[in-house]
Amino acid sequence: MSSQPSLVHARGLTKRYANGFTAVDGVDFDVRPGKAFGFLGPNGAGKTSTMRMIACSSPVTEGTLSVIGMDPRTQAREIKAKLGVVPQIDNLDTELSVRENLEMYARYFDIPREVASKRTDELLEFVQLDERAKDRVEPLSGGMKRRLTIARALINDPDLVILDEPTTGLDPQARHLLWERLYQLKRRGATLIITTHYMDEAEQLCDHLVVMDKAKIVAEGSPRQLIDDHATREVLELRFTDATRAALNGKLDGLADRIEELPDRHLLYTDNGEHTLEQVNQRQIPIESALVRRASMEDVFLRLTGRSLVE
Amino acid sequence: MTTLAASGHVWQRNWLVYKRLWYRSLAFGFLQPVLFLTAMGIGIGALLSTDDLTAFGGVPYIDWLGPGLLSAMAMQTATFESTYPIMNKIMWGRNYEAMLSTPLGVRSIVIGELAWMAFRIGSLAAIFLMVLTAFGITRSPLAILAVPVAMLIGTSFAACLVAFTATQKNDVGFSAIFRFVVNPLFLFSGTFFPLTQLPDALQAIAWATPLFHGVQLVRGLVLSDLNLAAAPLHLAYLLVMLGVGVVLADRNLRRRMAG
Ligand SMILES: Nc1ncnc2c1ncn2[C@@H]1O[C@H](COP(=O)(O)OP(=O)(O)O)[C@@H](O)[C@H]1O
Ligand SMILES: [Mg+2]
Repeated sequence: MSSQPSLVHARGLTKRYANGFTAVDGVDFDVRPGKAFGFLGPNGAGKTSTMRMIACSSPVTEGTLSVIGMDPRTQAREIKAKLGVVPQIDNLDTELSVRENLEMYARYFDIPREVASKRTDELLEFVQLDERAKDRVEPLSGGMKRRLTIARALINDPDLVILDEPTTGLDPQARHLLWERLYQLKRRGATLIITTHYMDEAEQLCDHLVVMDKAKIVAEGSPRQLIDDHATREVLELRFTDATRAALNGKLDGLADRIEELPDRHLLYTDNGEHTLEQVNQRQIPIESALVRRASMEDVFLRLTGRSLVE
Repeated sequence: MTTLAASGHVWQRNWLVYKRLWYRSLAFGFLQPVLFLTAMGIGIGALLSTDDLTAFGGVPYIDWLGPGLLSAMAMQTATFESTYPIMNKIMWGRNYEAMLSTPLGVRSIVIGELAWMAFRIGSLAAIFLMVLTAFGITRSPLAILAVPVAMLIGTSFAACLVAFTATQKNDVGFSAIFRFVVNPLFLFSGTFFPLTQLPDALQAIAWATPLFHGVQLVRGLVLSDLNLAAAPLHLAYLLVMLGVGVVLADRNLRRRMAG
């Protein structure tokens, strides 16, 4: 795996804005071809700033960055010709129709008309918008706009597709439809970079993840590997009444590898949740409710930063 | 891809939007000069002495006014086109962000937008000229040159205004531009009355402003009494303004979009 050249190579990559704020603080990562690479982190972590540097829309302040083997500082135009970008905030052309959005965008890439027209047909079908081809963009639902933006990002047959929070703000059904399209894209061998603050999205779509927090990368690996490294196999979630909670003082000690105390519940990290629950009952601590579940990226994030992903 | 070809794509995008409603824009472009010339020329002109035409260089007031209005139209169209629509493409609709994710560069956007405004103003100026001709105001076939001059007036203003718009975070600054730049120029550039009516100090200021030079050229071409000694000066003024405007627009938009 590491012998393959990386499509994006970053070392000490830093973004400092004009107001002096450091949004990305010396991050290192490598995106391998044919993989879905995820940036998981809460709002303000610096994901968009990183994406914008990769997409050559925002200058690199410090560090090394190469994209498709080229330097964004000097070869922005060549890089952009090979990228597909789905920005966090939709920027479709609301004065054009669905179809015109794709055909006009193809012109910006200097794609010949006939090729553009054929690709537009294929892509509208791929994102299931062929029946809306003549419609204006404004009346489309949020999910449809997102899908159109994805189709637009594919118009130049890119080597790398950057998706900044592709499903934020969508209802569950629209999210699943979008995920399904992204799976298809992966199956065709596309290289994707996806940012998200949804742990389920990160777990389901990404082969490789970096966890980003406060401008830095705090962990890296496959979703499975991150969970193995930073959490236990299972989590026992316990809720107590306020009275029990107040009188707990240390009664849970030693029951789990690690205990996380949240405002509304306790998380017990353990390899066997049922077994731990039995032990809690043996100690005769009155429980309001108990839940055993597999550990997730949310737990990894909590472990690494002491905070929840979505506040 | 050359800058020129890329600018063509930006132009084409505007055309795609415009062509759905082109007749509306052209009908308005026709109606406006007809209304203005009727109201101001015939209404006010009739009150002015017809025995003594020396005040307006020996022609009736409506003839003198017409070319002035054409020039002012070029400036006003440029003003509208390069404030809100450009702001929209920078901030609200994010069109430029989308374009700049492709190989299109800022220079192509600036040139493409200015070429588009030149086309819009050119077509409006051509209609205006037809109306002037219908009113019997044009004196020579060379009046057709008023069309490219109107395009030059328009793009000079547009370039400078795009440079301004690129620095604005909201639309508050636009009303200041309309109130303190465009309206005074509209009134005091020898459009409605000869500058000789003004006190000397104000005359000097008016001389230094751009629309005055445009009006002089357009009026000279339409009425066939162009001052050939002064014309290159007027032309040079507008060309320099265009050049400076393009450089500033390119620089400011580049800074704005880099973020
Ligand atoms: N143009 C800018 N100027 C100053 N600060 C910015 C700018 N853009 C983003 N930031 C700040 O940088 C931080 C990271 O933002 P962003 O990259 O958008 O994070 P994310 O996408 O992970 O939510 C935030 O605190 C944000 O306020
Ligand atoms: Mg973001």
